[in-house]
Amino acid sequence: MKMIGNEIQIKGIVASIDRDNIDTDQIIPTEYLKSIKKFGFEDYLFDGWRYLDEGKLGISKSQRKINQDFVLNQEPFTQANILLTRDNFGCGSSREHAVWALRDFGIRVVIASSFGDIFYNNCFKNGVLPIRLSKDQIESIFCAEVKEMSISLDSRTIEFNDTEQYAFDVEDNLLERIVLGLDDVDMTLKYAEDIKLFENKRRKEKPWIYADE
Amino acid sequence: MPSTLYDKLWNEHHIKTLDSGESLIYIDRQYLHEVTSPQAFEGLTKKDLKPWRLGANIATPDHNVPTERGRSFTVENIDDNISKIQVVELDKNCNKFGIKQFDITSSNQGIVHVIGPELGYTLPGMTIVCGDSHTSTHGAFGCLAMGIGTSEVEHVLATQTLKVSKLLNMRVVFQGKPQQGVSSKDIVLYLIGKIGTAGGNGHAIEFSGNYIENISMEARMTICNMAIEAGAKVGLIAPDTTTIEYVKKHSSLSDNDLTVAQNHWNKLSSDTDAIFDKEIIIDVSNIKPQVTWGTSPEMVVDYDATLPDLNSDIQANKKNIELAKQYMGIEEGQKLTDLKFDRVFIGSCTNSRIEDLREAAIAIKGKKVSETITEAIVVPGSGMVKAQAESEGLDKIFQDAGFIWRDPGCSMCLGMNPDQLKPYERCASTSNRNFEGRQGNLGRTHLMSPLMAAHTAINGVIGELL
Repeated sequence: MKMIGNEIQIKGIVASIDRDNIDTDQIIPTEYLKSIKKFGFEDYLFDGWRYLDEGKLGISKSQRKINQDFVLNQEPFTQANILLTRDNFGCGSSREHAVWALRDFGIRVVIASSFGDIFYNNCFKNGVLPIRLSKDQIESIFCAEVKEMSISLDSRTIEFNDTEQYAFDVEDNLLERIVLGLDDVDMTLKYAEDIKLFENKRRKEKPWIYADE
Repeated sequence: MPSTLYDKLWNEHHIKTLDSGESLIYIDRQYLHEVTSPQAFEGLTKKDLKPWRLGANIATPDHNVPTERGRSFTVENIDDNISKIQVVELDKNCNKFGIKQFDITSSNQGIVHVIGPELGYTLPGMTIVCGDSHTSTHGAFGCLAMGIGTSEVEHVLATQTLKVSKLLNMRVVFQGKPQQGVSSKDIVLYLIGKIGTAGGNGHAIEFSGNYIENISMEARMTICNMAIEAGAKVGLIAPDTTTIEYVKKHSSLSDNDLTVAQNHWNKLSSDTDAIFDKEIIIDVSNIKPQVTWGTSPEMVVDYDATLPDLNSDIQANKKNIELAKQYMGIEEGQKLTDLKFDRVFIGSCTNSRIEDLREAAIAIKGKKVSETITEAIVVPGSGMVKAQAESEGLDKIFQDAGFIWRDPGCSMCLGMNPDQLKPYERCASTSNRNFEGRQGNLGRTHLMSPLMAAHTAINGVIGELL
């Protein structure tokens, strides 16, 4: 992410996957969920499509049989930082590893016509921006075979082919979290007194919730 | 203003609206398992924080645990070293922070969404979270229950709250009496086929109607469990006498607590004039047993139907259909009933409760697993389910028929433990996801009810028992 004046711009290469309902098992298979780390998932992104052999946690890309037909194995998309896809991206499991794998590969923006709810939330905790566009807009980007794109977080627009521009919508606070990299726990603990008051009241009114303590 | 059940649960747990416009919601219960918690505990340690309220948290290992264990099995016996590290890590973290855990040696260990309700930790009206999307299961008790990511697991550990925006309200009304042999799994798969896997995105789905009123807690849990496969991270059913009877049997609440709680639980339902953003009414009386044919739960049809082809008039993107057929090894013109199966899996947080096992066992009693099936396994959801099933002799019925009777865990629902499909093997599975590779690299999953899976084990193909 680059600051240009007041603008925050993400510019780069767009990799496209023309499928609906890409679930988090495709983004990263369960095998790699055995890691107890929060980083180092780049080689496992889209593992089932990216490789021709079966992988294991700890086996790196150089030891694998590469599927040359898959977009992320083709130049210039090995350097992609924007992913374009269709409907309901990130449906299925709640695994945050899916976002970690995208982030570790270098994907900063995912553009789709809709997202799985849990995946959408997880993105903002890890500096990945999910952008929703209409199905028609997605269709025209696919048709135009866009390979490069510029995204302005300030004006909330994406630009491609020099002239085309689409506006997108994202909640202020979520975007701010990405731009500033804020930590939710620190922010919430500022309200510790409110939480305590609420909890004490609840303990009196609904004692059965706390009965097993 | 009239409110929905979701509105009421939301309001009851609402601490405050933040400047950002999001809300801070109080969380009553968090379930933890070995896969999505280590990074959250690490975050806690790095910030030098302790869990806000220890007693809110209950942990158990389920995803990684082998299901062939026997009595003297300990964590040291896990062959896969990477899996072992994750289970050991959960032990360490629970010990370090003082969190109650039903560990791999406990007779109460099991799939987190099975043990929570049966040990009485899930109570109506609670907010419940877990780093697992099938947390929607607990909505069957009138809980606001949802799956969260690992960052949020850490947030709930540290603050006992979640920072969220309110969902929209959707109601699915199931009316009528189902045909014999049609279970709640068929009903929910049918719904997903109708509204799609994105149909519930952004919504909390409340399930109601006389069908729901007449089914057991186990059947209700199956429906709420699969709400996430319809895109809704929250599935809900208003508590009623069936719910309260279950809770009385399973919780250790004092009579006094129960009486006070019951007064509150009785108020947990949508007002008659409550307005839903979306509403769907489904007559269940004509629904046939449902079986998935593709790589998304929405790719589901009547078990005896012709599969969609390029000429069929359906909404789904034709390219997606072709990709799915290719992956599943289905040729043009084939029906589900034409496919030969290799494996059968009865288990998972969707269908591993006592009622599921009874249904399957009754159907196969005295019969034999087809010679064309290389392995049929039954994996009870918890130690408690296993013990109950054994006391009823169900283990014997399964074993006599040629099924393998296992120890509790997530098993073949997902490829994280030794129970996995080999490439191109076709599996009749009572789990919840037929995604590519979900049950093992290049494995082919067909989702169905426990009864249909049992039939498939005996016949070797899908269909009524021969």
